[in-house]
Amino acid sequence: MKRLPESDPSRRPNEAEWNRVANSAEFRHLLAVKRIFIIPAFVFFLAYYLLLPVLVGYAPRLMSASVFGTVTVAYVFALSQFVVGWTIACLYLKASSRFDELVKELLKQNAFQQEDNPRGAK
Amino acid sequence: MPISLLVFLVFVATTLGITYWAAKRSRGASAYFAAGRQITAWQNGFAVAGDFMSGAAFLGIVGLIALQGFDGFLYSVGGFIAYVTILLLIAEPLRNAGKYTMGDVLAYRLRPRPVRAMAALSTMTIVTGYMIAQMVGAGALVKLLAGSGISYNIAVAGFGVLMMIYVVFGGMLATTWVQIVKAALLLTCTIVMVVLVLAHFGFSLGTFFAAASHVTFHQQGQLVVMDFLRPGLRYKPPHGSLDLISLSLALLFGTAGLPHILMRFYTVPDAKTARESVVWAMVLIGSFFVMTSIVGLGAATVVGPDYIVTRGGTNMAGPLLARALGGEVLLGTVGAVAFATILAVVAGLTISGSTSFAHDFWVNVIHRGVEQNSDETVLVARIAALGVGAISILLAIALGPNSNAGILATLAMAVAASANFPVILLSIFWRRFNTAGAVAGLSVGLLASIGLILISPTFMGLDSSNGPAIARHLFQAKAMFPLENPGILSVPLGFLAAIMGTLVTSEPSSESKFNELMVRANTGLGAEQSISH
Repeated sequence: MKRLPESDPSRRPNEAEWNRVANSAEFRHLLAVKRIFIIPAFVFFLAYYLLLPVLVGYAPRLMSASVFGTVTVAYVFALSQFVVGWTIACLYLKASSRFDELVKELLKQNAFQQEDNPRGAK
Repeated sequence: MPISLLVFLVFVATTLGITYWAAKRSRGASAYFAAGRQITAWQNGFAVAGDFMSGAAFLGIVGLIALQGFDGFLYSVGGFIAYVTILLLIAEPLRNAGKYTMGDVLAYRLRPRPVRAMAALSTMTIVTGYMIAQMVGAGALVKLLAGSGISYNIAVAGFGVLMMIYVVFGGMLATTWVQIVKAALLLTCTIVMVVLVLAHFGFSLGTFFAAASHVTFHQQGQLVVMDFLRPGLRYKPPHGSLDLISLSLALLFGTAGLPHILMRFYTVPDAKTARESVVWAMVLIGSFFVMTSIVGLGAATVVGPDYIVTRGGTNMAGPLLARALGGEVLLGTVGAVAFATILAVVAGLTISGSTSFAHDFWVNVIHRGVEQNSDETVLVARIAALGVGAISILLAIALGPNSNAGILATLAMAVAASANFPVILLSIFWRRFNTAGAVAGLSVGLLASIGLILISPTFMGLDSSNGPAIARHLFQAKAMFPLENPGILSVPLGFLAAIMGTLVTSEPSSESKFNELMVRANTGLGAEQSISH
């Protein structure tokens, strides 16, 4: 069975075209919108996660205290990491539908002649 | 016929059926290496979860929690939380900018030959290390199930042959579906065990946690009572706190550098599906890892650390708990599912190793990026899979079940965190990044993490003659590096080398291609398309 090569170099846009898209207002806007979500989310999650080993290591007494019954702060804090992870995932899914819209808009405005239909390869 | 053999044979028959189906559909390189990029979000979520919920996790982490309580659970937390990094930073750019391997993303704007050669080397190293961890779990399991009349060597050889059949004939499509079936099996099995543990305590969480706070066992010849919900049983002074942070870094960034996980994001049609599949995987992996704490503490309370240590060792806590709760039937089932898990993960590792060899090394280093014909690439990958399979069978027979599989897997992750993660991240996000930086980062990360592991207490130490029946250390001398996990030193070293290597050299072509990479990574413009049959 003969298939078309997966990426034909002659169909690839050249560097000037990439630069044009990269410098377009739509692309800059997309990156800015993504950064507003991703950077704070990543920094928060990193800090919240690393707090667990740091507190377990350096504040063992606090971490051994009881929350209810015999269940310790450490165990509840560890379980809360799962909740935080899932929450960030949900928020990101929501935020990313906006990213997808912006990408769609951007591709409409900045389509390459060769590739305005990505499935154009038949 | 013993129940374990029956369950395992059903799994083998199902997966061989899948392989036959996949082999008939699989044509061409994209089909072989990336399942035609047609895997859906939930399917890939299950497959990623299957790849990650490995034998090392199921056997090793449950064992750590059963013997050392809360501290073992930190492995579970780190393993899960790492997927936030993958979701926010890695999965989508990787899918948009790459083809089959992480080397693709690096080679976009860097000089392909040195970068791909190093990427292939680091991929193969991590794959081999991770594979050893899985095989150690398998070895311990065979010992426990020895009643079924299967010897270790026969089991391992059978294992290797099955894995090679999946990978060589079925490629990525078969490996993915084997992974999906196995993930569903493992989750079901874990849920059953959680229910049985809770039933044992009359479905009262209070009673269960009360029992977990009073675990009685022998420590250095003395009977002690420990609270398994408190931290500090594993990570003790003087270095415990640092070791814990080191472990956390390795888990956090290592998962995002594991070749067999990264490769999964090439099997989906686009970045949006890649993103959704990470969320699927997070739901599955998170639920699984939360449950490991119940199963682990269940093993500590129902079976007891003393019994686990004397009757099979750290990796056997889960299976021993299964026997205590559900007799030989449940032991057989859990044992068979654990075997299926190891088999599937080993197949996933093999295909990522052989893909990197064929695509990064054969096509792009030896043939300088000119792919003569894609059938040849697939043939090379199949031969590489045979090679990887043969080597892992020999390694598994040579190595005994002498250490906790979870710890070994974490060490492989430390290598991934130190070598792969810094260069992937910098290549996606830092305009100035260049070839010298990538080569320096990969080689220093690789050497630093492996070097530190070899002189750490895991491999280096003086064994006393009257200690418990643990394996002897590889090097008989006082450990030169005090921490078990090298992450706290080797991850910064990997980053530092990548940054220094970049700053002392200049590569304008890499900077000028950054715009292209950025547009591709963020918009999916020009990304690899899925194929239709």
